[in-house]
Amino acid sequence: MQRQVALIKQSLFDQGYLDEQFIELEELQDDANPNFVEEVATLYFKDSARLISNIEQALERGSFDFNRLDNYMHQFKGSSTSIGASKVKTECTMFREYCRVGNAEGFLTIPYLRRVQMFEDFQATEERARNVEKEA
Amino acid sequence: MMNPSQGRGLGSGGGSSSGRNKGGEAVVEMFPSGLRVLVVDDDPTCLMILERMLRTCLYEVTKCNRAEMALSLLRKNKHGFDIVISDVHMPDMDGFKLLEHVGLEMDLPVIMMSADDSKSVVLKGVTHGAVDYLIKPVRMEALKNIWQHVVRKRRSEWSVPEHSGSIEETGQQQQQRGPAVSEDAADDNASSVNNEGNNWRSSSNNSRKRKEEEGDEQGDEDASNLKKPRVVWSVELHQQFVAAVNQLGVEKAVPKKILELMNVPGLTRENVASHLQKYRIYLRRLGGVSQHQGNLNNSFMTGQDASFGPLSSLNGFDLQALAVTGQLPAQSLAQLQAAGLGRPAMVSKSGLPVSSVVDERSIFSFDNSKPRFGDGIGGHQTQQPQMNLLHGVPTGMEPRQLAGLQQQLPVGGNRMSIQQQIAAVRAGHSGMLMPQQQPFPRGPPSIRQPMLPNRITERSGFSGRSSVPESSRVLPTSYTNLATQQHSSTSVAFNSFQQELPVNSFPLPSAPGLSVPTQVRKPHSSSSSYQEEVNSSEAGFATPSYDMFSNRHNDWDLRSIAFDAHQDAESVAFSNSEAFSSSSMSRNNNNNATVAATDLGRNQQQTLSGMVPHHQVYGNGGGGGSSVRVKSERDTAAMAFHEQYSNQEDLMSALLKQEGVAPVVDTEFDFDAYSIDDIPV
Repeated sequence: MQRQVALIKQSLFDQGYLDEQFIELEELQDDANPNFVEEVATLYFKDSARLISNIEQALERGSFDFNRLDNYMHQFKGSSTSIGASKVKTECTMFREYCRVGNAEGFLTIPYLRRVQMFEDFQATEERARNVEKEA
Repeated sequence: MMNPSQGRGLGSGGGSSSGRNKGGEAVVEMFPSGLRVLVVDDDPTCLMILERMLRTCLYEVTKCNRAEMALSLLRKNKHGFDIVISDVHMPDMDGFKLLEHVGLEMDLPVIMMSADDSKSVVLKGVTHGAVDYLIKPVRMEALKNIWQHVVRKRRSEWSVPEHSGSIEETGQQQQQRGPAVSEDAADDNASSVNNEGNNWRSSSNNSRKRKEEEGDEQGDEDASNLKKPRVVWSVELHQQFVAAVNQLGVEKAVPKKILELMNVPGLTRENVASHLQKYRIYLRRLGGVSQHQGNLNNSFMTGQDASFGPLSSLNGFDLQALAVTGQLPAQSLAQLQAAGLGRPAMVSKSGLPVSSVVDERSIFSFDNSKPRFGDGIGGHQTQQPQMNLLHGVPTGMEPRQLAGLQQQLPVGGNRMSIQQQIAAVRAGHSGMLMPQQQPFPRGPPSIRQPMLPNRITERSGFSGRSSVPESSRVLPTSYTNLATQQHSSTSVAFNSFQQELPVNSFPLPSAPGLSVPTQVRKPHSSSSSYQEEVNSSEAGFATPSYDMFSNRHNDWDLRSIAFDAHQDAESVAFSNSEAFSSSSMSRNNNNNATVAATDLGRNQQQTLSGMVPHHQVYGNGGGGGSSVRVKSERDTAAMAFHEQYSNQEDLMSALLKQEGVAPVVDTEFDFDAYSIDDIPV
């Protein structure tokens, strides 16, 4: 299980989904705070899920409120960079550019959501791995 | 790591920070650990990460996800934090707005952060006064060094000019540490301060007490624990100094040799150097009538009028500076001023920050209307740019004002009134100081420069304060030497001046060296008692932590906001000092004046509260002049000073003679010139 987790993690790094910030977070974890990364990731997912749904809602409406969207994206970008989700961050930046430009179509190409999903999968896997360790 | 539960949740920081205050002393030992950080960010992920990182840096963290909550936390616990880190984009309040609020109300360093790294936003952070701007993702390395901002801020506030390299002005944000704390705690902290930046609390103390308590018993209370006690240039000490200088030859006297000749344990070369500088200026002033050290000088030479000038500038400056730096106990300032006032009590200028520059003139002119400090000080400001800077640091009265004052104050008879006035000025200054603080901290120009009375304003309050008091003190000291012999009480006051010496013109930011503050404490018993009182009063403020900072902060805060809070503390302090001073003061006839002054001082003090504790020491030390009751520490100092100086004229002449300087008319001497500097602001 651990190996699996490690592999997934590595691939995420390789693909650019995670960057060195994530490593920083891992370094913050220690015996006194053994689940730090997990806690942070969980928090991130919750928060980003909320943000994403806000964004989707904003996109569904007929007229895009670019300012609001920009705000959401900014928040999302902030979270993502803090946790080291670099691809998400990149997508957010792009998205914001679209917002600025007022490019409605740009909004629709939002693959980041999928990436976030992948990230979440990874985290879930890692969490499972940890649980397994604990039980072991 | 730091206890995870600490500061968890919003608003829980209060608990941790307050807990820290009590045990602050212990925590301080390991600066920068224990730095109390408030983190504000609406992003929970980021908030959690930051908290974790900060805890790893051994900081005490409080997190907050709403700006409003952060503000209320800060307001409730003014001294509870050292630094604030805030996100730029927040839903309930713009980060920059929070930045402004914090800067104005609490005067804490604020670091902005954001995922947005566009230049315009970063620039906005700069223009709004953020001490730093971090780009997300925030790394540990960036957070590890945030303590530097705290130290830097403290330094600029205290602008400890000289020595005490270890004084780290611990950038403690905790301005609010209550003056009392600074005084008392400072001692404890100070002792450890000498570890560079180790004990940030102490450093603040150190800076406050930069001057080594040289031969000043009184200073012991403050400096007992300080590693670098403030040097109080008592009359005796100054005499030793003068003797050494004369032996070497004024022109040839170098600090090192003087130090050797004096052979005073604990005295550093820097102390001597700064004192020498002042002394030289003083001599120059005496010698060259037209020396225009800074308005004051001229005034000095020309007699009363002259004396006012230089005195004021000097005194005001020094005193203020001293006052600011807390080095000069307000009382000493007052004393100095009083001493200096022997002539026109220009001192008042520096003594009272209050409303800035009390009209020195007004102060002098009236004996009883001391309460004018506030006014006087304000007046000064207009007159002298310096004053403005000092805000509250009534650095020496502007020469103009002095002149006016001089005229008003007859040399002889009104000495007392002058003293009182000076005290008043002092108080006023102190008051002034406070208000000014805010602007100053932002970037007070350290005036330290040798005095020029005008310089004082440069001091910009913070630094000026410290220096001012010193300068003023110096001047009188020279005079006081003579006088002291005759009058113990007055001498005390003089001491402070003496140190300041001749530098009326010394704006004295460097006052710290002057050690006036401690001296003011007055070696005399009376003063000692006073000092104790003062100290106790300071204790009253007690904010545990960083004495220095807290005091400073207190002062500043008062100005900006916390007047109430401080006032309480101050009132406590005041009452103490008052009680003390009253007893001591009674000696001087300036009772009336002092009372009046005290009133003024009181008002001012309140604002000063932070500063007051320090100043109080000054005043009281001075000599118990009852007059100096000065509520505001400074006032007391001034008052005491005044009282002492009632005989100043004689003292001055004596002193001058001693110094080999033609005792220019007593009036001329008027320590006032000095005192002004000393005027504890």
